[in-house]
Amino acid sequence: MKPSFDPRVKRLELPSMESLYEEGELYQWQTYEVFQQQARGDRHMHVGSLHAPNPEMALVLAKEQYGRREQCVNLWVVKTSNVHATRYEDSDMFLHATNKIYREGAGYKVKGTIEEFKHNLDGYLAGSEGNEQKKEVEVVDAPKIANLDRVIRLSAGKNGKPRMILIRKI
Amino acid sequence: MNIAALKDLLYRLADDKLILGHRNSEWIGFGPILEEDIAFASMAQDKVGQSLAFYQMLHELGEQEPDTIAFTRTTAEFRCCHFVELPIGDYAFSLVRHYLFDLADMIRLRHLAASSYKPLAELATKLFKEGKYHLMHGRVFMKQLGNGTEESRMKMQTALNEALPYAYSLFEPTIHTEALALAGVQPLEDELMKEWQTELYAFLPICGLRMPNVENFIDHFGGRKGYHTEYLPPLVKEMTEVFAIDPEATW
Repeated sequence: MKPSFDPRVKRLELPSMESLYEEGELYQWQTYEVFQQQARGDRHMHVGSLHAPNPEMALVLAKEQYGRREQCVNLWVVKTSNVHATRYEDSDMFLHATNKIYREGAGYKVKGTIEEFKHNLDGYLAGSEGNEQKKEVEVVDAPKIANLDRVIRLSAGKNGKPRMILIRKI
Repeated sequence: MNIAALKDLLYRLADDKLILGHRNSEWIGFGPILEEDIAFASMAQDKVGQSLAFYQMLHELGEQEPDTIAFTRTTAEFRCCHFVELPIGDYAFSLVRHYLFDLADMIRLRHLAASSYKPLAELATKLFKEGKYHLMHGRVFMKQLGNGTEESRMKMQTALNEALPYAYSLFEPTIHTEALALAGVQPLEDELMKEWQTELYAFLPICGLRMPNVENFIDHFGGRKGYHTEYLPPLVKEMTEVFAIDPEATW
């Protein structure tokens, strides 16, 4: 062990740890990255890593490390060595040199409509009878086009164009 | 419904889980690797939690409060089997016991889920879900170590040879066994044991392990009648130590 440069620190003279363990193939297991999914259909999110000798063991151990505190319906494990990453030295390449707000989700004009729709969703779905929504919103059964469950027609927008929300079958 | 028979069964189930849960918790901080330490401790905690659910059911049937049952009985009043009382041994022994116990537990829970006693059927359905992981964990470790190195296989086989004769005590019949089967609460212990054995015969070869030849497993019976091994009293003493300091304390 290297002596400390701080004069207040006196380190115990212990033998090197390396001599205590024989570093064979099984000395240290490889690591796996763990991805957790909170609900079916959600994306899997990286939650951490762990040691395991194979994928089966990794899954078994991951369940208690990462799957027991938060809601979880599915786990993925991936060998850390199978992850390919960019270099932090290059992280400046992600910066936008010129204004590219049109590429960001927040830049889309439709965002306000989506938020409004989410906010009123219950009303829209229930709203075919009697309430005020009826005038503005018409819920029609799915037309027989690909994978659509229903189509909700909203009242015309400020520009006078009809607006529509398509709900896809899951 | 024969209440005495039902209580007899619930005490057996609860005590097995409490004692094994406590035993396995002795590994906390000493597990072979960090990840497994956490997993094994967590399952030990699950077992204690499951025992509480059964004590709660007993309480609803007129027995004392769960804490009073768990922490103030004498060892002779416990109805756990000898198998769960044995010390933790080495990690191979604890793993093998964990697997043998959970296999038996899952077979029993599967039947209890169809029990004529509805509250028990509902509880068993819930516990079965948690037990899935316990059994999966046990199976993966049995396979991994049984098929690992020659050293790991030897350790697992030795542990299996030691554990198996005791494991049969999980199915020790009592005077109520037949009444329970007649009332449709759960099958005969003997039937559960045969089902368990069949699964073992099928699974052990996959792990590179052989089924030991067990004679006289009856030697290890007695726990269901309150006769226990020398290992139970020290365990109960340690387990009840804190509670005994102040039984009236609220936690």
